[in-house]
Amino acid sequence: MIRFTHVFKEFPRTGLALQDVSLHVGKGEFVFLTGPSGAGKSTILKLIFLEERPTKGEVKVSGVSSVTIRGRDVPKLRRKMGVVFQDFRLLEDRSVEANIAFALEVTGTAPTAIGAKVSRLLGQVGLASKATSLPRELSGGEQQRVAIARALANDPVVLIADEPTGNLDERATRGIFQLLRDINASGTAVIMATHDLELIRRAECRTIEMNHGQIVFDSAEQVSANPAGGDAL
Amino acid sequence: MRYEELMRLAWREALLAFKRAPVLSVLSITTIAFSLFAFGLFGLVALNIRHQLSQLEDRVEIRAFVVDGTNAEATSAALGDIGSFPEVLSAKLVTSEEALVRARKELGEFSDVFEAGILPASIDVKLKPGHNDPATVSAVAGRIKNYDFVDDVRFGEEWVQKLYRIRNIATLAGAVLGLAFAGVAVIIIGSTIRMAVLARAREISIMRVVGATDGFIRSPFLIEGVLKGTLGGLLALLMTWLANTLMGRFVFSAEFFDMKYALAGVAAGAMIGLLGSAFSVGRHLREV
Repeated sequence: MIRFTHVFKEFPRTGLALQDVSLHVGKGEFVFLTGPSGAGKSTILKLIFLEERPTKGEVKVSGVSSVTIRGRDVPKLRRKMGVVFQDFRLLEDRSVEANIAFALEVTGTAPTAIGAKVSRLLGQVGLASKATSLPRELSGGEQQRVAIARALANDPVVLIADEPTGNLDERATRGIFQLLRDINASGTAVIMATHDLELIRRAECRTIEMNHGQIVFDSAEQVSANPAGGDAL
Repeated sequence: MRYEELMRLAWREALLAFKRAPVLSVLSITTIAFSLFAFGLFGLVALNIRHQLSQLEDRVEIRAFVVDGTNAEATSAALGDIGSFPEVLSAKLVTSEEALVRARKELGEFSDVFEAGILPASIDVKLKPGHNDPATVSAVAGRIKNYDFVDDVRFGEEWVQKLYRIRNIATLAGAVLGLAFAGVAVIIIGSTIRMAVLARAREISIMRVVGATDGFIRSPFLIEGVLKGTLGGLLALLMTWLANTLMGRFVFSAEFFDMKYALAGVAAGAMIGLLGSAFSVGRHLREV
């Protein structure tokens, strides 16, 4: 579903962010992306939702290639993905339900269908009672749940989460992670960038470790190369 | 997305932008209004210069002096001829006696200087509106001069040319200054839209991430620009009208724009708003 083939990404000011990265994420997978700051995790995520294009190589998402896609088709591809950020990125002056409805409105969902869908999403993330609250009235964990509900608004095939628990305490982190696992269990692939090694150890999901713009470890390859498994982290 | 739905959302977002940043919105509308007000004042001056000049133009007259002793039949035949020239509004014979009466009336203090028979008879020709330019006046005068009994033709050649030069300069200055003020207004609107784009960077990044098209992201800013331009234009029109009314009360009364010009001014404001925001949004959306 997502395939990176010999991808290089260079930024004019900061130089090479990714070097010869090749990877494949299948439908319904849960993948951790980890590594130190500046390792290239966020660049990989940005390449997936085409906020950036590779300098060299190819990124394919749902059969659409970064090489051939036209600029005007990018929004259509993004509607197949949900994105969650560490800083939640909610509209502070709009209620929880308006924040979620916003994602449906801008993508052209019929106004008559929006109300019911927002209610369903709020139920899914456990915030049915907070529909009319403003983001600042919620805890960090609750705000991240709103962001996740918004990311799920267009029924994405993949949910991209860039350090979604980075600003949360341990309890909220566990809650958000469980929510992501539930979403994954219903068939949506999840790619989650995180520094939280404890979380990774406990979860036993596929883990890709980055350093200096390269993949230094991929548990999927490790398993196929060494069926006995190994503990690289 | 259906067009009506897109427009509904774009209008909602544009109006929300006004509500969220009322001070910034009022500031930009006022700035646009002052820039268009300066344009409006100059337009008013140009309008009045043109109006005064056109009144002067109506007074342009060709006077063909008739040789003494010319018989009445020849002059009346010539009058008929000249009157049928396409450029001519009227041609009238002024006899020597009538010329004397007119001179005494116009130059009252020298009335005793003039004696009977001192002034020649003349054919006074008025031209139709729109035919008072130097070339036409000169061509008609040339044709009249061809009559044998016409001694001399006067039409204030220099004066007509000066009049036209003044009018052309006023028109050109109006156009140049108008463009300059319009340019300033475009830059001002561009800057306010830039501020609006930067103030809504978070919202724009969210729109992008959830898959909004560029057209969808742009539309509220374009509507905002048009609204600001239109409101700025209306405010400028009001200020120009007030200035004109006050001047009329305390200095001298002047012509004001008719409905057509007033609407064109407001439409120009809207257009400037659209252009300013289109340039600015295109450029600054890439920055956020």
